[in-house]
Amino acid sequence: MNIGRSLVLRPFIMTRSSYRHGLFLIAPALTLVCALFVVPFGVSFLSSLTDKSGQWTLANFMRAGELYSTDIAFTIAIVVASTALIALVSIIIAGTLTLSETRWLVTLLASLYRWPLFIPFIVAAQCMRTFLAKNGLMNNSFIALGLTDPMSTASYLDWRGIIITFVWKQAPFVTLLLAGAMASLDRSTIEAGRNLGASKPRILLELVLPQVKPTLIVGLVLSFVTMMSVLSVPMMVAGSQPTMLTVDMAFRINSYGDYGTANALGVISYLICGVAAWLYLRHQTREAPR
Amino acid sequence: MILRFPFASLVLKAILIGLFAFAILGPLANLVLWSVAERWYTPFKLPVVYGTRFWEIVFRPTGDAMRSLMTSVWIALLTVAVALALSIPAGYALARLKLPLRMLIMIAFLLPQAFPSVAIYINVARIFYGLGLNGTVAGVVLVHAAHGLVYSVWIAAAAFAAVDRDLEWAARNMGASPLTAFGTVTLPLALPGLIASAIFVFLESLDEFTGTFFVGVPQVTTLPLLLYNASMGGNYQIASITAMILLVPSVLFMLVIERFLRADVLAKVGS
Repeated sequence: MNIGRSLVLRPFIMTRSSYRHGLFLIAPALTLVCALFVVPFGVSFLSSLTDKSGQWTLANFMRAGELYSTDIAFTIAIVVASTALIALVSIIIAGTLTLSETRWLVTLLASLYRWPLFIPFIVAAQCMRTFLAKNGLMNNSFIALGLTDPMSTASYLDWRGIIITFVWKQAPFVTLLLAGAMASLDRSTIEAGRNLGASKPRILLELVLPQVKPTLIVGLVLSFVTMMSVLSVPMMVAGSQPTMLTVDMAFRINSYGDYGTANALGVISYLICGVAAWLYLRHQTREAPR
Repeated sequence: MILRFPFASLVLKAILIGLFAFAILGPLANLVLWSVAERWYTPFKLPVVYGTRFWEIVFRPTGDAMRSLMTSVWIALLTVAVALALSIPAGYALARLKLPLRMLIMIAFLLPQAFPSVAIYINVARIFYGLGLNGTVAGVVLVHAAHGLVYSVWIAAAAFAAVDRDLEWAARNMGASPLTAFGTVTLPLALPGLIASAIFVFLESLDEFTGTFFVGVPQVTTLPLLLYNASMGGNYQIASITAMILLVPSVLFMLVIERFLRADVLAKVGS
């Protein structure tokens, strides 16, 4: 009788008290995120909008615009171009993995494309710093193959180097997501298209891609934010002018201790990511009714 | 058209995959070459003198590199300890207990990864400076732990959610206290997932550059910072060898991850 009662009562006691228990257990982790993300995030807005004496001002944004408008445009151009190239490369690789009938090609491609996935950005930057240099392995290989002559080689360690490094590092990540989504598609539509005589590029663009578009866009938005956050690649792969906002922020802090301008640049980089996220959400809501 | 020229199609595919292999492996090959180049200057296409002199410098027990490696591993281990201590209760609460705004709490852990981090870290460094945490191992560990929480909390929540609830109830009905049931049934069954999350956090901490650059400098020199300093100082051999040391755990991880992160746990991540 006693046992019976406790069995009936236990679920009731659990639900009544668990609200408090849950919050109690999750509080330490939430506190850390608040202290090391939410608070500094708020501080960056506050600091960008006030001067040294604590008065409200827009001077930090004026100075940021005056000194760094080229770099703001440069950053947007680099990240947008990289995102577009990542989309192109990952669609081609994932499409080949899904649609190609050449077994050895698929096996080789699948074993090759993943390599950069777990390589840290700083290691990728060091690889590219040597590979893309004027006398790096890339130019030397081109010379050896007779594609360029030794006199006309150029260093790629500028905006091109940053884009190449970003695409090299992030395209495998988007490809992994995309190839996974494509593999779980219903093969019957692909077979139907093939039976009607559609070419492989057409099957990819008109049948496969529309179905995996949400996955592609999630991967691209994540890559966009990642590229806006990376400090090591623009510092190590490109020269000092023009450069990306992350480098400018580090420079304002380390050389001048100028938190106002640095945080104004920080808020601008939040806004750039915000626009990317907004485009993504607008795309989602427009697609939803269908 | 391709069907009519099978040989041409084969050659084209071989050339394309060759170019792709060069694009993927070329930068890594250049790294390996630099690590064994004792002297390499223009106009030579390959190193002039090969040797392992720089490997000896890096692996000298009293050298900077060994000290950085120790610092890096120590920080990564502490980060795993902090992240697990926070995420085991948090993950259990998310998987089993009733929480208000559960979805919002899940997203909160994603935030540190979803915003441009440099702007966050400069302010963290400023706050830490006031607290005396700048340039300390503790400061760097806290930054790495906050960054890694998204993996540890999400994977821990998925791992606990994948444990069969009836097994817990069976233990409770046989008289086990909630804590005993958790320690003898739930925790051991969720362990593979928790180990996977620990590996994720360990690697994130080992590879982390930006946060350490702002919070740890100049006292705390981890391997990524050593790599950066060597590379900017033009010492490509030391930089390349350091980069290769950082690659080892990443490659090992790629090989073992599937053993720990089972499909039934993966399916529950983020839900």
